[in-house]
This record gives sequence, structure tokens and C-alpha cells, in this order.
Amino acid sequence: MGGFSAQDLTAIFVMQGFAGLSFFSVLLLMALGLAIIYGQMRVINMAHGEFMVIGAYASYLLSGALRHLPAGTDIAVLLAIPVAFLAAFVAGYLIEWLLIRHLYHRPLDTLLATWGLALIMQQGFRSAFGAREVSVPVPDWLRGSYRPTMIIDIPLNGLAIMLLTVLVTAAVWWFLYRSRWGLRVRCTTANREMSGAVGINTKRVDRMTFAIGCGIAGIAGAAFTTISSTGPTSGSLYIVDTFLVVVFGGAGSLIGTIASAFSIAQAQSVMEFFMGGSMAKVLTLLTVIVILLLRPEGLVASKVRR
Amino acid sequence: MKTIQYPCSPTPWRSLTMGLMALPVALALSTFALANSPTEEINTTGLAVTDDTVRVGILHSLTGTMAISETGSVEAERLAIEQINAQGGVLGRQIEPIIEDGASDWPTFADRTRKLLTQDKVAAIFGAWTSASRKAMLPVLERENGLLYYPTFYEGLEQSPNVIYTGQEATQQILAGIDWAWNEQGARTFYLIGSDYIWPRTSMKIARIHIEDVLGGEVLGEDYAPLGHTSFGSNINRIRLRNPDVIFAAVVGGSNVAWFRQLNAAGINAENQKLLTISVTEDEVLGIGGENVEGFFSSMKYFQSLDNDNNAAFVEAFKQRWGEDSVIGDVTQAAYLGPWLWKAGVEKAGSFDIDAVSAAMADIELTTAPEGYVKVHPNRHLWSQTRIGRWNNDGQATVVWESEPIEPNPFPEGYQ
Repeated sequence: MGGFSAQDLTAIFVMQGFAGLSFFSVLLLMALGLAIIYGQMRVINMAHGEFMVIGAYASYLLSGALRHLPAGTDIAVLLAIPVAFLAAFVAGYLIEWLLIRHLYHRPLDTLLATWGLALIMQQGFRSAFGAREVSVPVPDWLRGSYRPTMIIDIPLNGLAIMLLTVLVTAAVWWFLYRSRWGLRVRCTTANREMSGAVGINTKRVDRMTFAIGCGIAGIAGAAFTTISSTGPTSGSLYIVDTFLVVVFGGAGSLIGTIASAFSIAQAQSVMEFFMGGSMAKVLTLLTVIVILLLRPEGLVASKVRR
Repeated sequence: MKTIQYPCSPTPWRSLTMGLMALPVALALSTFALANSPTEEINTTGLAVTDDTVRVGILHSLTGTMAISETGSVEAERLAIEQINAQGGVLGRQIEPIIEDGASDWPTFADRTRKLLTQDKVAAIFGAWTSASRKAMLPVLERENGLLYYPTFYEGLEQSPNVIYTGQEATQQILAGIDWAWNEQGARTFYLIGSDYIWPRTSMKIARIHIEDVLGGEVLGEDYAPLGHTSFGSNINRIRLRNPDVIFAAVVGGSNVAWFRQLNAAGINAENQKLLTISVTEDEVLGIGGENVEGFFSSMKYFQSLDNDNNAAFVEAFKQRWGEDSVIGDVTQAAYLGPWLWKAGVEKAGSFDIDAVSAAMADIELTTAPEGYVKVHPNRHLWSQTRIGRWNNDGQATVVWESEPIEPNPFPEGYQ
């Protein structure tokens, strides 16, 4: 790196740190919904990516509907978060009732059934929205960059997603560890029969948990459609990274998910800087495999009695 | 199939009269054609040709991840076929397209090709988009002796008697683009970035050799992002550190949207950085958003905004047929040329036989092409002009430079 002034290198270092953080918040936002569903309920939901896509399309429709209003794009971007949550929540609620609840004790069947569901949903999106990728127009105050000094540019949309991730993570934490509802969820995870015996409606807990997990996926989808585009098969791009984060972090642990998203994102973004995208991905995956071989339960093991 | 609506018919009444007037002429013509070319003479190999129809295949991905890109090609090919039919068809035969779905799956492309050739006995296939699908179709085409019109700009290094390449091969698009940056923009240092698969890698190899060995410039870096990659922060920082005169980009698919949006978000735009891409057409800008590519340059042979009479008529007909909102990219236009080139080949050969048409293709000229003049080279690619377009906010490009017609050279010596 000869020939660069110390000032240049500091600027690149700061921006590179931010690139890693921004990738971290993207990964975490993707993984939160799955951390609830897989972590708490042990349901392998292969259609998780498609719930993100539902959220993305919901925000696309919303911005289309509000396009002609004054300040329509500004309102649409803010309104997209609750709308996307709601759309994916409702879809998740219905699917739990129609499909998932019949398969709770058959993990392999859930895997196949949700994979089939993912294919059906993809074709559904394709029939409804066409094969072309769509994206949501971003208001001016979310474009461009924040410049603390002349040579440092911090992308505004990255900052916005980071903020959203912090809020959603805090909400999930509060929901799981501070609310009555979360208590029941954790109870059901720990011991289903006993929870039923003490009067918890475990079926309702399952349904709400699944739906909330899907709703959070919807929020993630709405956020991503502002940085990338959404097509019928976009969900399948997200699902691998999402599972990677949740499994690596240790199912059932919110801290584990955060730690895992952080380490994967930083490792990948630093390696990307030095050796390019494909090689970075290979090395990241290899490291994750090795660590999982040594620690099959993931970074943070959940304390569930076996 | 819907009937063609002529752009020049102001009232249904008038088009009716014109239709009635044309009827005897068409009848006379087809009798004439029949009298001169009985089916058994112009079809000696058992293709699906009758006294008044000829069957062809259209094979693109209608479903799956590639459907995004291939839809425009299907629309253009159908439009061309409908227009040819309205003019009386080919050798007096109406063209009947059979549309098959390659489903973004390469073995399916091979399988559907076999079906089109052995069951449907089509006289030509218009199709394929990715190199992978073309490579899958090629052995079947050669074994069953079919004829494919392939519309996409691609990496070159291929030439088959069973394929006519209507898009540009790599050297036509890349060398002209880099020469333009060198001569007109004074660029001396380049940064290459692309998606990680065969087309960008081959293209960048050609670009690097041209920049370093032919022009004497400098390549400051070469990056590849996995397909579907959406976090370009690290790549952007690397580029910023190197500070090239021109970023030369071949990022494809959904990644393209993330790449340009993140460039923009990182404060890199046309005001402080020159960028030349070989993977952005009007179709891609629809997803990326005009404001994110504004001022950047694309090297293509066709832009929807081309100012000539052929193109004006083509754009109008396309919008009338497929909707006012549709956009036309480079590949869509190249796909539109396929049926017209095939028609010219059949008429020159006076036969639908694959070998006769294939042999007749060389040196066919088309003066009605929306991109302007094109001519088939004996190496089965097209002579074509390369244009540099600067993107505007509205998703259309302004052509700022165009080359003379460039000879296709799919096996460039010294670039391999």
C-alpha cells in the first residue's frame, strides 16, 4: 500500500469499517426472523427468503400507489416498514395454520414442505408481478453520503439500515426476554408438555411466533429493496446467508445470532478488501465449516435441557 | 395471436379498406410463390413447411432467474414474426412460432431444442440468452442439424455453422469502448470489475490485454463479485484507494442494482468519476433507477434513443404491441433482427433447407435494422457499429460517440 498518505489510509480504514458494519446490519436483519423461527421453534423454514420478498413487494406496491402524492416517496419509505411487516405477518400466520402446524414433529418433512412452498411462492410472485426485477425509488434524503471530512463518505442508506436493525433487534430482545409473550415462547421451547400443563396455549404461541418471525423477514425485505432490487427468486439468494448466520450463531440465542452476523460480516468484508469477493466467500464458508466441526452447537450454545 | 396494428392506420375503417385492397395482391403473390416454389422443392429435408405455413421455434427462459432478461427477446422475436407475416410471410408461407420455455435451466434448453428439431421439425430457432444455455444447445443443434439465431452480446471464441450470432462478440463491444475512453476521455488508468462467471472474466481478459499491451495504459485492479452479491462496500473502497481514470464494469443481474446504488451512496458519481460499463442496457436501468447511473457510459451497439427512421418505426411498433411502458435494450433489438435475417437467408437460398439457408447467410445485408446497417460476416457474426451512450435521469441514453461498422472477430489473435 505504498504511495498513499496516512490520511488516505485512515479514511479508507474508516469507510471499510463502515462497510463491514453495514454488511453486519444487513445480515442481522435477515437472520432475526429466522432466529426466532428456527431458534425458538426448531422449524427449518426454507421459504424464509420468500417472506422477505413478500415484504419487498408490499413496499413496491405501496410506493407505486403513493407515487403521485406530494412527498409520496418519503411517506412510502417510512410506511413501508409497518406495511411489509403486516403483509408478511398475515402470510406467515396463514401458512402456519395451513401447513406448518401439521409438521412440528417431523423436521425433515418441514424442510421439504417449506422448500416446496418456496417454489410455489416464487412462481406466484412471477405470475403476479412478472419476471422483471423491481425496486423502490429512494427519496433524496436517503441517497448520497454523509461527509464528516473531505475524503470520508458514509452512505446514508447504510446508516438508515443500521438504525432499523438496531430498532428491530431491540424490539425482538424486548419481545423475547421482557414480555409475557416472550416468556411463554421461551417456556414452550424449553418444555412443551410442561408449558401446556401450566396453562400456556402452546399452539397459539407457535402460530404467533412463526407469524412474527415472518413479519420481521418482511421488514428485512422492505429494507433491502432500497439497496438492491427484488425479483421473484431474490429470496433464494438470501436464504443461504440467513441460515449460515443462525446456525453459526447457535440456535436459540439472540446474542449468538448477533455475534455470528458480526464475525461473518467483518471477516468477509475485510477479506473482500484484500482478495476480492469470490475468494472471500470461499474462505468465510471454510472458516464457518471448521468452527462448526469443532463446536457443532454454534458460537453460543442455548441452555436447553436435553 | 393478436393481429398487427399498423402505426400508420388512423382509423379501423381505413385499415379495413387497405386490408381488402391488399387481399387480391396477397392472393396473387402467394399463387405466384406457389407456382414458383412447390413445397417439395423448397423443403427437401422434411421440415414443418406446408403450402402456406412454416414452423419456427422460440426458445427462451420464460420462468426462472433469467426470465427477467429474456422476456424482451421473446417480445421482439414475436413482433418481427408478426410483421413478416403481415407482409406476406417467407416464400409465401406464414410463420408459425412455437414458443418453448428453457426455464433458466441449461439441460432444459438442450432438451427443448431436441424437441423443437425432432418433433416439431422447425425451420429455425430464435433463442438462448446466456452462454451457458447456448453451449447446452450447441451439440443438439449440430447433431440434429438445426439453425439458431442467438441475440446476446457474448464473449466470442465460438463459431458454428448452426448458429448466427446477432449480438456483438466481445472485441466489437470492448475494444471500441476502451479506445473511446483512451482517445476521447484521455483515460490512462482503468479499474476492472465484474460478476464472477465466464462472460465478465473473458471480457476483462481482453480488456486488460488491450489496455496494457496495445495501448500502454495501466490496469489498477481487477475484481470479481459472486453472482447475486449485494454488498459492494469493500470493492468501492478498493476502487477509491486506487483512484482510476475509468471504472470498467461488467456486473450483471440483481447485483447491478446494488452496485450502482451503493456507488451513488458512497458519493461516487459522474461528477467525480468516469465509468464505462458493458452490461447495462435500458432493461437494467429500469431496475437500477436512472438517477443512479446518470452520467455514466455504456458501450453497446444499440440504444432505444437512436435517431434514425428504422428505429423510430421499430420503437413505435414495439410499444404498440407490448405496451407504452416497455423499454428496448441492446439484446432485444438483436433478437428482433433474428427473424428478419432468417427471412433474408431463406429468400436468398430459395429454400427452407437448413444447409442451404446456413450457406446463404454469409454477406446478407439488412438496411432496415433499427441499429442501422448490418451485414452477416462469413464467420456468422454481424458487422456492427459500437456506440457509447451516456445515461440520463429518465433511463434513456444519449449517444455521444459511434464507431464505423466493426468487423466481427470471435477469435482475436493475441487476446486469448
